[in-house]
Amino acid sequence: MKSAVNAVEARGLVKVFGDNRAVDGVDLDVPAGSIYGVLGPNGAGKSTTINMLATLLKPDGGHAKVFGYDIVKEAQIVRQLVGVTGQDASVDETLSAFENLTIFARLLGLNRTDAKKKAAKLLKEFGLAETARRPLSKFSGGMRRKLDLAASMIAQPPLIFLDEPTTGLDPRTRNQMWDTIRRMVSTGSTVLLTTQYLDEADQLADRIAVIDRGKVVAEGTPAQLKASVGIASLQLKLANEKDNAKALEIVQKSLKAKAQAPEINLITAPMADPEKVTDLLVALRHAGVGLAEVSVQEPTLDEVFLTLTGHTAEDQTKKKRNGK
Amino acid sequence: MNEDIKQIVPVEERQLKNHASLRQTISNSLTMAHRAILKMRRTPEQFFDVTLQPILFTLMFTYIFGGAIAGSVKSYLPIIIPGILIQTVILTSQVTGTQLRDDMDKGVFNRFKAMPIARISPLTGALLADTIRYGIATTLTFAMGYIMGFRPAGGIGMVIAAGLLIIFAAWCVSWIFALFGVVARNAQSVQGISLLVLFPLTFLSNAFVPVNTLPGWMQAFVKVNPVSYLVSAVRELVNNSSIGHDFWISLLGVVVIALIFAPLTLRAYMRKA
Repeated sequence: MKSAVNAVEARGLVKVFGDNRAVDGVDLDVPAGSIYGVLGPNGAGKSTTINMLATLLKPDGGHAKVFGYDIVKEAQIVRQLVGVTGQDASVDETLSAFENLTIFARLLGLNRTDAKKKAAKLLKEFGLAETARRPLSKFSGGMRRKLDLAASMIAQPPLIFLDEPTTGLDPRTRNQMWDTIRRMVSTGSTVLLTTQYLDEADQLADRIAVIDRGKVVAEGTPAQLKASVGIASLQLKLANEKDNAKALEIVQKSLKAKAQAPEINLITAPMADPEKVTDLLVALRHAGVGLAEVSVQEPTLDEVFLTLTGHTAEDQTKKKRNGK
Repeated sequence: MNEDIKQIVPVEERQLKNHASLRQTISNSLTMAHRAILKMRRTPEQFFDVTLQPILFTLMFTYIFGGAIAGSVKSYLPIIIPGILIQTVILTSQVTGTQLRDDMDKGVFNRFKAMPIARISPLTGALLADTIRYGIATTLTFAMGYIMGFRPAGGIGMVIAAGLLIIFAAWCVSWIFALFGVVARNAQSVQGISLLVLFPLTFLSNAFVPVNTLPGWMQAFVKVNPVSYLVSAVRELVNNSSIGHDFWISLLGVVVIALIFAPLTLRAYMRKA
């Protein structure tokens, strides 16, 4: 089932809201069968891009194809190939989970019996079977998100758009969501997800596009991106601040790198080779330097942004309120 | 991993079409109507207008105006019941607009828009489901009239025929409010404009008082108001079992309304959907 056609192929997509170019010439190539991450801060144009690809918004410029079908001219075909799960759950609040799924299934052409079977099966799969008959107003945010995802799975679309699927979820639900996303890809679906979290893109995505102010500023595998951004830094909190000078010297010698002491009892240093950390810790023990805390700081989205764009990833929604 | 998750059907093996067929449109509309009915059942307060209003209006208007206009409550009933009936049902039809707006503002509408369904089905489904509300209002008004002593000379058959005429008329008129619902900014403003249209339309008619008691300029409006013809048609049906020219004119009137507003609504809707 290898397909030469990309799941998504976008060229110069533009969407303008008033005088705000929410999406300003986005190019994307999403290979079929992969997880593709679109990374960026709030208001960068991620949702608007997804909404255009999912035929919910008409682009003001550029063009895009989903499995070779034009998103404007062949919108109804594109809709048969994609599932969308947005930031706000798009399910009916007054109905139960079961009723919601049954109606969506009926709309997709399943007969009454099949629709009910499908709904029951999906609810079981997503761990919602026990609450299936309860009205959604009693649902937690995580349950709603799951139901929303289940609704997108009814047609088993070959391409699934997930707009910030884990924003606002607790860590446990987030992990379940990640498993679900991986499972989708294992059945042959392509997933395009947006996220504000570098570690989420890192965990899930095969490729990442970093988007800022409506433009793609970097694209590549997570490893490539992280390499371009820099490496993790080691942070040592000293038990006794009098050891500062001694510790700084040992760190520089062991890691063979420039270390810094931003605070009186804190030392940070780039960690290119984790192997050397063992030597460092042994050396510190021999020198009698006590440690209060050892941690490793991965490059954050802020650092990614700083490196790629020259400015920090501040929340852009204030300026671009209508960009959603 | 779950055993029964199959591999998805690859894109090349799917049957894809760029347009929804008529059959699909009808089937989607029926599902949407089913959804609207489920929602009605979940929110019984939606039925207040079609249940309480017929009871309240029938009681109030009959006892307030009965003596003054027709000499007695009993002799007023054949005049007022068709009048109240039409006012109630036509007033009910504006709910179509507010609910449509409400629904279109909800997240679920985004899903509908992203699904390969007939684009028009959320609209047609809602309008279809609303005929149930008109049916309830019609039944309750006739029942209330019966309790108060109204015995239509035309019999049950004619009452049913009149009921169907009213439901059809309300359905046609509801396209006006559907248009408001589609173009308005929020549900409150829909209700505002709708009532502004409805009050003159229903009160400036022969529904409650004889037309010759009105000032001349008002008579002129009342005489072209399709609601007046509808009221007369229903009176003739239930009281005299006759289908006169009022019947045909009112039918023509509401069909014209539907023919004007349905395409306008559809166009505005498709632009937004």
